[in-house]
Amino acid sequence: MNDQKNPGGAHVAVAKGKPSVALLVTCLVDLFRPAVGFAAVKLLEEAGYEVKVPEQGCCGQPNYNNGDRQGARAMARGTIERFSGYDYVVVPSGSCAGMLRIHYPALFEPGSKDQQQAEDLARRTYELTSFLYDIAGVTEVQAQLSATATYHDGCAGLREMRVRDQPRALLASVGGLEIAELSEPEVCCGFGGTFCVKYPDVSDRITEKKIADIRNTGADYLLAGDLGCLLTIGGKLHRDGSTITACHVAEVLAGMAEADSDADD
Amino acid sequence: MQTTSLKFRQLASQALADETLRTALGDVERIMPVIRNSALDQLENPEAWFDRASASRDRTLAELDVYLEAFEQKVQQLGGHVHWAADGTEACEIIAGICETAGARTVTKSKSMVTEEIELNAFLESRDMTVVETDLGEYIIQLRGERPSHILAPALHVTLSEVAETFHRHHDLERAAPLREPTEMLLEARAVLRDRFLSADVGITGANFLVAETGGVVIVTNEGNADLTASLPDTHIVVTGIEKVVPTLEDAGLMLRLLARSAAGQRLSTYTTLIHGPRRAEDSSGPSNFHVVLLDNGRSDMLGTQLQEMLRCIRCSACINHCPVYTAVGGHAYGSVYSGPMGAVLTPGLAGLHAAAHLPNASTFCGRCEEVCPVRIPIPKMLRYWRDREFERRMTPRSVRYGLDWWTHMNASPRIYRSLLGIAARLLRGLSSRGWITRLPGPGRAWTRYRDMPTPAGQTFQHQWRRTRGRAGES
Repeated sequence: MNDQKNPGGAHVAVAKGKPSVALLVTCLVDLFRPAVGFAAVKLLEEAGYEVKVPEQGCCGQPNYNNGDRQGARAMARGTIERFSGYDYVVVPSGSCAGMLRIHYPALFEPGSKDQQQAEDLARRTYELTSFLYDIAGVTEVQAQLSATATYHDGCAGLREMRVRDQPRALLASVGGLEIAELSEPEVCCGFGGTFCVKYPDVSDRITEKKIADIRNTGADYLLAGDLGCLLTIGGKLHRDGSTITACHVAEVLAGMAEADSDADD
Repeated sequence: MQTTSLKFRQLASQALADETLRTALGDVERIMPVIRNSALDQLENPEAWFDRASASRDRTLAELDVYLEAFEQKVQQLGGHVHWAADGTEACEIIAGICETAGARTVTKSKSMVTEEIELNAFLESRDMTVVETDLGEYIIQLRGERPSHILAPALHVTLSEVAETFHRHHDLERAAPLREPTEMLLEARAVLRDRFLSADVGITGANFLVAETGGVVIVTNEGNADLTASLPDTHIVVTGIEKVVPTLEDAGLMLRLLARSAAGQRLSTYTTLIHGPRRAEDSSGPSNFHVVLLDNGRSDMLGTQLQEMLRCIRCSACINHCPVYTAVGGHAYGSVYSGPMGAVLTPGLAGLHAAAHLPNASTFCGRCEEVCPVRIPIPKMLRYWRDREFERRMTPRSVRYGLDWWTHMNASPRIYRSLLGIAARLLRGLSSRGWITRLPGPGRAWTRYRDMPTPAGQTFQHQWRRTRGRAGES
């Protein structure tokens, strides 16, 4: 079953039975919010997958977006090699998933071996919530959170990975959770990777508008599928003295949101 | 093409502090997407129209020379003249020459970004001609000595009271009371401009499209000023970029459907005019001399490169209206007549990368520009193209280049990367107070200038995973 499920046809180095998912945890989750990684593991295991965490580093997006193709290619080759052989590669970030799915194949010479391997990885790569909903067929979760939350669509998740309805559908099944939509959920939060430190005041103005929209919803939680957006918005919410908690959608779906919000104060 | 793009940071900071600009940009951001969407929704399946339009543009660009020559031939058959200008100076010389032959003292103009690009007004003024902009927005900024801050709404940054003040200063008129209402200002400008229209010797317009099949020039406006500019003086000069040609009237119709909707949420602009050559023997009025000046100015260099798709652009400004960076800082910060996402791609192409270095970087890559583009220009891909060239040419700041290089080395081995993250987590925890970091050193300063940073919540994910799930977790 594993071999059939692997569209790339690469060898599967795990026990037969459950299909395998390799988690690309992302630098930001790895460093700042390990709970998101554990939430992702929980959700994937509950959905019936064998979750593996291969040795890993950065996907190379900072290099790619700053014109350093050579550096990006080196990191892409590393990721491609370390994530070969799994049925699926799941990423709790639309942005890093988009890097693997959309941009890795564009990094290499068309028709080259590198490019074929990049295509193979791209075909197996998914953003977490869209994987759960579209591929694993998960339509509801067991989590509880008595709160009102609003959801921000991360740009790469939305436009590169087509993630929009899946997280909303899953969040709708969280007991006690009310979703209050933003008036402009699809407008950028101002993060933009290195953009936010290259043009900090421009970035801040964009975030300021996002926060005004968030405040208008009256939500207690701001949810998103990308830690980049959450650090940007959450960091400014905290600076502003707001009580709104920025939380990754995976943490809510895995029932781990409230525990984590204790980290604040 | 003059730019001040190298001062982007400084100009952006000034713009961010401008409260009236903020209000104007807030209106763009709030209103334009709504009216655009409702206008596009009237088309059954707008995405299919986008596909058709971008395919039409690609067909044209693939044989641009053929269509341009066909257009030239048709214009000549209609009794008009076509001039080819390699760059802005050449275009200005050609236009000034035509004006001088016509003995022109006063020249009226309707809105044209190409004439902004080649800085035509200053050139004609240096040859002792009076140039009058007749689009209301352009007229206002001309009086104020400013440059457009938006390709369709050039005076977007000017408030109503500033317009009143400008008119009071420049119009020598007896008024019962100072100008207050927009309608009063409109009527006053209309009256002043009416005399200018009637006294002009030459009228200069841009073109939205050139129709190869018929030699027609399509011009759309909401004010009708292009029609008066084109038809009242005895000489009409059309100035436009070589990429504006479309093969047939049907292609022009396709573009018009998307242009007005994408630009201003209109099904059709108030005036859509199709001009074919000078007045004919049976016409009762119209210019006797009809000239079309086709400007290259760097456009043909984009053909056959990764930038070719940028030449699909029909100047609708949807990308600008939907851009989070543009709606934060406005058009003047870009320091180029073309601002927003399309300007960030086009300006380095027309003025050179060195003159526009910040522009391709001042984007969050949110991708909304590409999403709303009616001719599907992959703008983020093109911004990356410019960033790649900057990196290759060592124009990327040294600190960024070294930083990226260091990051690549740190990622050469997962073990080094893991240790590095572990060290970073410990360092950050050391700077933390009650779960948050409010001041970071080095490059992190830019982050904590405006926001806090949460403290890493313990050991890194990979460290915890390896400890708790150990070998079982590795393949």
